[in-house]
Amino acid sequence: MDKLLIAKSEPLWNTDKRIISLVGGLIVLLFALPHFGLNSFYLHLMIMIFMHAVMAQSWNVIAGFSGQISLGHGAFFGIGAYATSFLYVQYGISPWISIFLGMIVSGIAAVLIGIPMLRLSGHYFAIATLLIGISFQIIFQRWEWVGAASGVWVPMTSGDSWLALQFHSSKMPYYYIFLVFFIITFFLVWLLSRSKLGYRLRAVRDDPQAALSLCINVSNYKIIAYVISAMIMAPMGSLFAQYILIIDPDRVFNIEISIIVLLITVLGGIGNVWGPIVGAAILIPISEYSRIYLGGTGGAVDLILYGLILMLICIFRPEGLISFFPKNILERKKQR
Amino acid sequence: MKILSVENLSRSFGGIKANNDISFEVAEGTILGVIGPNGAGKSTLFDLITGYTKTDNGKVGFFDKDISGLSPDKISSLGIGRTFQKLKPFADQTLLENVMIGSFVKEDNIKKARDKALEIIDFVDLIEKRHHFARELSTGQRKRLEMARAMAIEPKLLLMDEVTGGVDQKTIPGLVELIKKLKKSGVTIITIEHNINIIMEISDNILALDQGKRIAYGTPKEIQQNKEVIDSYLGTVDAT
Repeated sequence: MDKLLIAKSEPLWNTDKRIISLVGGLIVLLFALPHFGLNSFYLHLMIMIFMHAVMAQSWNVIAGFSGQISLGHGAFFGIGAYATSFLYVQYGISPWISIFLGMIVSGIAAVLIGIPMLRLSGHYFAIATLLIGISFQIIFQRWEWVGAASGVWVPMTSGDSWLALQFHSSKMPYYYIFLVFFIITFFLVWLLSRSKLGYRLRAVRDDPQAALSLCINVSNYKIIAYVISAMIMAPMGSLFAQYILIIDPDRVFNIEISIIVLLITVLGGIGNVWGPIVGAAILIPISEYSRIYLGGTGGAVDLILYGLILMLICIFRPEGLISFFPKNILERKKQR
Repeated sequence: MKILSVENLSRSFGGIKANNDISFEVAEGTILGVIGPNGAGKSTLFDLITGYTKTDNGKVGFFDKDISGLSPDKISSLGIGRTFQKLKPFADQTLLENVMIGSFVKEDNIKKARDKALEIIDFVDLIEKRHHFARELSTGQRKRLEMARAMAIEPKLLLMDEVTGGVDQKTIPGLVELIKKLKKSGVTIITIEHNINIIMEISDNILALDQGKRIAYGTPKEIQQNKEVIDSYLGTVDAT
């Protein structure tokens, strides 16, 4: 058969049934997991893994897909957190609605920040985003209307309430809510990576000059990536606020959030849809266990361990931990 | 019918006049070769036409439309493709993905964009390398990749910057054949070349630049006999 015809007859994506079964099996396992007698700590651990994996995936969209290193992504997490808590406390709006309002506000903030900032590139963009992230924290610390430095205390419902998104008797509902967001986000980002938009974002990342020659408006595509990324981050802030019910600027606009999502993505594998899952699954347990054994914030030992692992990864596995997996399992098959 | 008209184009960088009052026209379906010594302003001319560098003075017309001052993405979407002197492949993507990014300009459907990209890759004779990452390809193959990627936007005019530069002698005839094949497919081409034999063989007209100025414009035969071109670029040995 003609070589061109053979090439055209190849499937667009890797449709290996074993991989589909593996992913399907993992999803079933994650849904079944709480019924294997997971105690409250393990449910919390899994919730934190799901949450951080989604946050890292958000960062992966802007940094991994479009190549812009944002160091202030925590701002969108904070916006999401304040959207649900503040709107519930002030106006009684159900968090289910304000999750989406938080996404919209984050998206608008990303446009407003993105238009002037994305004219910058490389280190300058990174520094500017870092300052934007810090400035959000400072603004909210002084903004009386949203509780200033004391933040927002969400009044507890008398019992479990799906409408108010509050569960006091068990963490299991939170587990499933975070899991569903986690699966939906990964599915959407997986679709994005295989879409025309995904291809164009990677072109912007790899060589903006060449992308321009292919009718790609680089600035617009950077803003699109920034908006998508912000809109993925915001719901995690909203759900986290409902999970802990007390938010303040130091907690939800903390620069550490921006750094951790970066670390998870780089360690897992930047630019790869699966990287944030692997990164979160390894780093979050380290963080949580160091908190248990060393108390409080983990005595920053978790950050020391992160740093150590990061150095090892940069030296030996610059493509991240995901590179330990055979390429044809997780990526489109690259036939040689 | 003229596809491109350049009128009094000028651009300075500091005190250096990279392009100084350059004018010429290109007829549809022809190949214009651009020659000149290093620093003559050939690549700057490409950057001015494609919007990568803003003009100080002058006008660039594409068919009847004034495209001076438009951004590169707008100019490419009008149907002007280009390759780069310093190659710019999307290194971490496969050859197929590189070309698909181009074919998405005219095609939204992924399968159709993929199939179109494959046809172009076949046209540039690299079908067996389609799943190789761009960074794994040789210089000659990357030049073909850039041509394929530019062709994928279905350009009416294609600007190629030193297609045969930096590749081994064995690869050159294939690239020359490819340029001829491209012309046959109806694409108008402007090509910068240092290899004078190639430029004489493939061009319908030649524009000669020196120190940012147009020193000659004409058919290969006219250029070969032009005294100023001989003095500044061809030299007496090549001219005989």
